[in-house]
Amino acid sequence: MSKGYQGRVLRVDLSAGTCKTEAINAEWAKSYLGGRGLASKYLVEEVSPEVDAMSPENKLIMATGPLTGTYGAANGRYMVVTKSPLTGTIASSNSGGYFPSELKYAGFDMIIFEGKATKPVYLQIRDGEAELVGALHLWGKTTNDTEDAIRNEFHGDAKVACIGPAGENGVFFANIINDKHRAAGRSGVGMVMGSKNLKAVAVRGTGGVRVADPKAYRDAALESYGLLKENPVTGEGLGALGTAVLVNVINQSGALPTRNAQSGTFDGAEKISGETLAATYLKRNKSCMGCIIGCGRVTKLSDAKYSGDGEGPEYESLWALGAACGISDLAAITKANYICNEYGMDTITAGSTVGCAMELFQKGLISEKEAGMSLEFGNGEALVKLMEMTGKGEGFGKKIGLGSYRLAESYGRPELSMSSKKLEFPAYDPRGVQGMGLEYATSNRGACHVRGYLISPEILGIPEKLDPHVTEGKATWLKIFQDFTAVVDSAGVCLFTTFGIGVPQFAKFCNAANGTSMNDEDLLAAGDRIYNLERMFNLKAGIDPSQDTLPKRILEEPLPDGPVKGDVCRLSEMLPDYYKERGWSAKGIPTEAKLQSLGLA
Amino acid sequence: MQKLIRIEPAKCVGCKTCELACSFKNTGEFAPSRTRIYNEVFLEEAKFITVTCMQCDEPWCEKACPKTAITKNMASGVVTVDDVKCVGCRTCVSACPFGMIKYVDSTGKADKCNLCGGDTPECVAFCPTQCLTLGEEDKPLRQKVLRFVNTMKNGQMEV
Repeated sequence: MSKGYQGRVLRVDLSAGTCKTEAINAEWAKSYLGGRGLASKYLVEEVSPEVDAMSPENKLIMATGPLTGTYGAANGRYMVVTKSPLTGTIASSNSGGYFPSELKYAGFDMIIFEGKATKPVYLQIRDGEAELVGALHLWGKTTNDTEDAIRNEFHGDAKVACIGPAGENGVFFANIINDKHRAAGRSGVGMVMGSKNLKAVAVRGTGGVRVADPKAYRDAALESYGLLKENPVTGEGLGALGTAVLVNVINQSGALPTRNAQSGTFDGAEKISGETLAATYLKRNKSCMGCIIGCGRVTKLSDAKYSGDGEGPEYESLWALGAACGISDLAAITKANYICNEYGMDTITAGSTVGCAMELFQKGLISEKEAGMSLEFGNGEALVKLMEMTGKGEGFGKKIGLGSYRLAESYGRPELSMSSKKLEFPAYDPRGVQGMGLEYATSNRGACHVRGYLISPEILGIPEKLDPHVTEGKATWLKIFQDFTAVVDSAGVCLFTTFGIGVPQFAKFCNAANGTSMNDEDLLAAGDRIYNLERMFNLKAGIDPSQDTLPKRILEEPLPDGPVKGDVCRLSEMLPDYYKERGWSAKGIPTEAKLQSLGLA
Repeated sequence: MQKLIRIEPAKCVGCKTCELACSFKNTGEFAPSRTRIYNEVFLEEAKFITVTCMQCDEPWCEKACPKTAITKNMASGVVTVDDVKCVGCRTCVSACPFGMIKYVDSTGKADKCNLCGGDTPECVAFCPTQCLTLGEEDKPLRQKVLRFVNTMKNGQMEV
């Protein structure tokens, strides 16, 4: 096995209680790189797309990339790949922190969990050895307490990824938290982990990661360092204000979905902005392993009503728990964000679902009696209370735990869920940023911003400025972005690096690490291959192309306010071009020729 | 004058790039367990502390070594282990009160920071926040004094 990789996969059979090590499939690693791509290949080969996501037949894969655990940019990521209970699509959720690198140092590229334990367990890994141990004493504990307890009883330097009570209680958007504040956030991967009675994974590794050509690797790292430092987003903006810098930027663009996307600007935006956060609760910024950007927000909340400490809120969380619910109380938002981390819930879906519930309340479909509280937009206290009830699986929190689609559907109004493929869209209204609409509609895990982040060209002007209001050309851009992102996720690097470095830098990193000689086209072809592999899984899972769409509100109701007042998302102008760009049929099915060219037929 | 790695914890973001750069240069692998510089992350307190050998003027390790394998070069200031003389007895490991010299299983020798033997130390070269700098002059100390002086100055009323 080429360097970069450790060459070993840990296979954990939770039903049998066994841990076995096997060699990584080197052929697949060549075609699918690692991380998201390679784990997806394993999932596709081993799990039927029709499987019930919550059944023991579903598998949960934690995968690093060949660059995870090295330096150079922000090379400390891993992906959790499984079939999503929330969407029914393939799920792959990405996280940084220190846990992913530690897994490499312990000698593994990937862990495959299969089956289901009869009672709660957690996995201990120590330098190539792994063992399942009882976790009854951890069941019910928050992510913070779980990590502390494990470090206490297993190893003081262990890195931990775990679920909180939400993952145990079947919250559809439960996530997996590592290093206390980092989340493999979306698609309900924590719900799958909970369904397997797997509470946590704890790793201690004292080994190293080698690369094929150390000198070339060091050169590539120095070049990327320079580019990332020079770039205003990665060199300055993300460190100083974090992702939260976007609140004001997107609000000024008229694309901040407010009160469940009933408008595109929020009068309380300034109060929940990155600037306000920096002036109030922010203590300092923080990096993940090997990251030179340092966007993490270490915060401490000291308010008359709420207290606590932790990381965040990030931009998407500020929006979801804030603008989406019409809430401008930064203390309540920050508290709700902490609760999401401690109970292990995705802040985007959590906030968006509360926003949806608030609209159902506004329309008289949910009563104060049913919810046990008033759910009018802007009610920060209700948000905090609901987040806790959702994590604990109590009262009306059980309904929030369904996610917005199932919630709205249960009141006969599924169109009020601001989602695509049942995944809530994040903090950009496609009516104000057309390309993002195409991204939400076509992303392989549902409405997601981190598969093809067209905000970068459409709003930030990176790598060049595109007009966010035109549809022409967006399909071409999106395909490249989606393919490149698949490469980044598979290499084990943070997507934020791509503001400053591009395909040529990734080619240098991958080639130096793995001893390969891939050019830019080869790398993007790998991304295309990964994208099509995921698409095929979804099609076989019954997610047909008619679901490549957006909520009726986004397609038909013009934005009532702001600089893009009157606009809708003109998805139908972009989707046919997109299918064509991808080499798919007019109906959105990858053609035989396309699949053959990618080695997928 | 002796050059030293100057550390300003307030600038650290806990990325451990120093550990990665150090181990990669000195062992050929990205292996934080074998680093000669340590970046500890205290998640709760949001504090990141980096420590390495401060190249003592009267090194405990040097005094303890029964084989005179450890010497301090008064010109460069660097305290170095001579691998030929070192027998791997670990007396130095016990002697250093800071834990900044360790025994390495794979080589059977004592191992410590040598400021990368005259080059710019790799940790300094890769530190993204200039938390680590190399210098003869203790500039971070001067900055601290200036900050204090300015506080005093701002507190003075005109007479």
